[in-house]
Amino acid sequence: MSSEPECHELERVTIKFAGDSGDGMQLTGSMFSDESAVFGNDLATFPDYPAEIRAPAGTVAGVSGFQVQIGSVDVHTPGDTADALVAMNPAAFKANIRHIRKGATIVIDMDSWTEDELQKAEMEEDPLKTDLVSSYRIIQAPISKMTRETLKETTLDLKGKDRCKNMFALGIMFWLFNRPLINTEKYLKKKFEKKPHIIDANIKVLRAGYTYAQTIELFSVNYKIRPAKIKKGLYRQISGNHAVALGIIAASQKAGRDAFLGSYPITPASDILHELAKYKEFGAKVIQAEDEIGGICMAIGAAYAGDLAFTTTSGPGLSLKAEAIGLAVMAELPLVIVNVQRGGPSTGLPTKTEQSDLMQAMYGRHGECPLPVIAASTPGNCFEFTLKAAKIAVEYMTPVILLTDGYLGNGSEPWLIPDMDKYPPIQSRLPKNNKKPYMSYKRDQQTLSREWCVPGMPGLAHRIGGLEKDDRSGHVSYVPQNHEFMVRIRAEKVERVVDQVPDQKLIGNETGDLLVISWGGTFGSLLSAVTEMKEEGKKISLAHINYLNPFPENIEEILGNFKQVVVCELNLGQLHTILQAQFPNINFLKYNKVQGQPFMIGELKWHFASLLAGGDL
Amino acid sequence: MSTAKAVTEEKKITRKDFMTNQAVRWCPGCGDYAVLVSVQNALAKLEKNKDDVVFVSGIGCSSRFPYYVDTYGFHTIHGRAVAVATGVKTANPKLDVWVISGDGDSLSIGGNHFIHAIRRNIGLKYLVFNNEIYGLTKGQYSPTTKQGAVTKSSPHGSLDQPFNPASLCVGAETSFYARVTDTNPKFMTEVFIEAAKHKGTAFIEILQNCVIFNNKTHEQITGKEFRDDNQLVLKHNEPMIFGKNKDKGIVLDKTELKVVRIGENGIKESDILKHDAHADSPNLAFMLSRLTLPQYPIPVGIIRQVERPVYEEQLHAQIKQAKQEKKAVDLNALLNSGDTWEVD
Repeated sequence: MSSEPECHELERVTIKFAGDSGDGMQLTGSMFSDESAVFGNDLATFPDYPAEIRAPAGTVAGVSGFQVQIGSVDVHTPGDTADALVAMNPAAFKANIRHIRKGATIVIDMDSWTEDELQKAEMEEDPLKTDLVSSYRIIQAPISKMTRETLKETTLDLKGKDRCKNMFALGIMFWLFNRPLINTEKYLKKKFEKKPHIIDANIKVLRAGYTYAQTIELFSVNYKIRPAKIKKGLYRQISGNHAVALGIIAASQKAGRDAFLGSYPITPASDILHELAKYKEFGAKVIQAEDEIGGICMAIGAAYAGDLAFTTTSGPGLSLKAEAIGLAVMAELPLVIVNVQRGGPSTGLPTKTEQSDLMQAMYGRHGECPLPVIAASTPGNCFEFTLKAAKIAVEYMTPVILLTDGYLGNGSEPWLIPDMDKYPPIQSRLPKNNKKPYMSYKRDQQTLSREWCVPGMPGLAHRIGGLEKDDRSGHVSYVPQNHEFMVRIRAEKVERVVDQVPDQKLIGNETGDLLVISWGGTFGSLLSAVTEMKEEGKKISLAHINYLNPFPENIEEILGNFKQVVVCELNLGQLHTILQAQFPNINFLKYNKVQGQPFMIGELKWHFASLLAGGDL
Repeated sequence: MSTAKAVTEEKKITRKDFMTNQAVRWCPGCGDYAVLVSVQNALAKLEKNKDDVVFVSGIGCSSRFPYYVDTYGFHTIHGRAVAVATGVKTANPKLDVWVISGDGDSLSIGGNHFIHAIRRNIGLKYLVFNNEIYGLTKGQYSPTTKQGAVTKSSPHGSLDQPFNPASLCVGAETSFYARVTDTNPKFMTEVFIEAAKHKGTAFIEILQNCVIFNNKTHEQITGKEFRDDNQLVLKHNEPMIFGKNKDKGIVLDKTELKVVRIGENGIKESDILKHDAHADSPNLAFMLSRLTLPQYPIPVGIIRQVERPVYEEQLHAQIKQAKQEKKAVDLNALLNSGDTWEVD
């Protein structure tokens, strides 16, 4: 028997699972995260996978990774650098070693560490034979062999046995970080309900991995991460895409209307379509359209007929939908367009995150065509911003763009399940009387919204369309003054959405040396960086914006109270340009990254420190 | 306030009930007028409640149509009418949804939505005005323009092989395809009424004349002196006989349709092929779709009319079934579903 290892307690730890696309690393990472969530840790995840479904096996291009940070304290990001790495082959090692902390534990599958595999990963030198080894604690485990050995009594063929090797790696990590196995075993039993031999095999290998780690003396320590002190209540694990789907159902119930989704498959947004298609019992009408344009046009038709309509997409799809969005603006119909942003332009980086569609969302249409734009900032709040987008769309009779991104869409976090009774209803403005002729563009004094008059309503038959309308009657009008009036009133309607926008919150003091501005999916990184620097005594504050059009009313007041203002975005400065144009008296600095990867806390802190030191770092 | 239904009980619905006070702005002599009248007559004969009827159009001359029919109407964007209409019909299957489009709108920019609507068999009445030209943009060749035609954008003759809308429809698994001419309003009305009763996508190609940019493009089919010999009027279960003297007919010769003369070479009326619009196999419909002048007459009428599962009915059936199977449709229950854990 081995001697009892020491058990060190950690506040937080970042773990990365990496392997070939076919090695099941996404599932392995999710299972580790779920187990930790149930254990009570706070956490954030970051699945990072290639665009190719199966790139050539063993190549760096085919490496799929899943990073998770767990903590006994608040966790806002999946972590900058990993404290532990599982590398199922040399390519996974090569692709990730730059992002591994010196001194970290690295578990490699020794059975894949062959000349052949090293070559596929284009590694000229075996890193295990270099000085690199001394910088890490490398555990060379014969994962494949042990897995086959564990399953030698089973009827599974070799391929089937090898498919279980991720469970061996997971077992090792469960021991190393003192996780229970209960939830994972429960999950496996449910997932393979109809294949009991697969359940047995996976659980056997999982336990074998755990026992292996416990038995060998390679690990002198293991770690404990106590449950976090998070708000009391019922939790579930949620990704941004899943949260949008639930938000759609919630909004439909709050509005008392059927949900309709017209959508076309596109990475990384398709999961919303998959998820919503399951909720037929809630009356959700989901159509997978023939193309992106079909998707939004069906949604426009459904909105015209009285459904609460959505279309979901990513950057290239938003480009294709632009003309139809113009129709929704002109026809003044409620519609929510969800754009899960990815790296662009063109096909760009389909599986990687970016914030480069802000300008497209704001201005990417012909004509004067403003609409409200809002952005979610955590996987969980994709839910409430979907609800909010729907509320604005219906109550102002306008299309609304909701921006999320691949990082939020695929990333997940523990989510305190909201009490729906606390959310306000979504109120449609229905025709009050059917006096003839019907005035389809008569507006509410406060919101400037027209009525939602749908086919089937008796006595109100009327025609609308993409041609300019006469104010009030809605008839086609080419009168010059009427066009300008309508252009201005459509713009003013969007400005009045500000009544629905809460004041911009500030994290930190109201005055100081540096105000950091950010928006959308970068919230976790920025919050962590600014919080750490505040704790270090820096006079730094954060304004993270969710409402991009219109901006919160108090934003200008906030801006003037800092010596420097820097706008941080995963693009070349799109919000920066908008803010600079809108508030010309403030000198906005910018900090940008366009690598398809989220901000690292470290790089943000370094840059902020440099600004605070007058750029002398 | 009397509802539209109350009105029906009081007096007979006429075409006038479907006319708006908007001035109709097509060119004098345009074929669209006859289609408008025929549609309005069909709606009156069907005693439709105008509040339950929606006309959805794209862009082009014909797409102004909704402004002239006193029902609900939505004049959308180029090529997308049928996609918008798909949303309308799926959202509310009780509505009578008519799509108004043209050869440019449906076969060029909207080609994708056109084939997919037909394959889904969504309950739309889909009218395509085929004048073989772009009229609203003033005279460019369209996907149905004859090869060699000189237009503004093809000064040396159009190079494009034109589409055959009927063949496309058959290829896309159409459940209803009919062809009519703008010169025969009575016949149009009859076909529109049949289309209105059809479940699923009823596609009607209207051979329509553009008096300005492509005048008389269908003259060989619709002209008084040609029509009897050049039109094959199809009626289900009736022999395919045509010609001024009703002496010509269609027979099946091996794998091809062939024109024969009754009384010649021992051909009797009973030898003539009977039209079967309801055949399971689309083969006859496809053969009919290939008939072109001058070798053959042009078939008009309902070429194909079969029953096939209807998209919106199936979708709503799935929803109904899910509601029955999963009794809990409480939002809080949905949010609380899946793997949850309590933090205390």
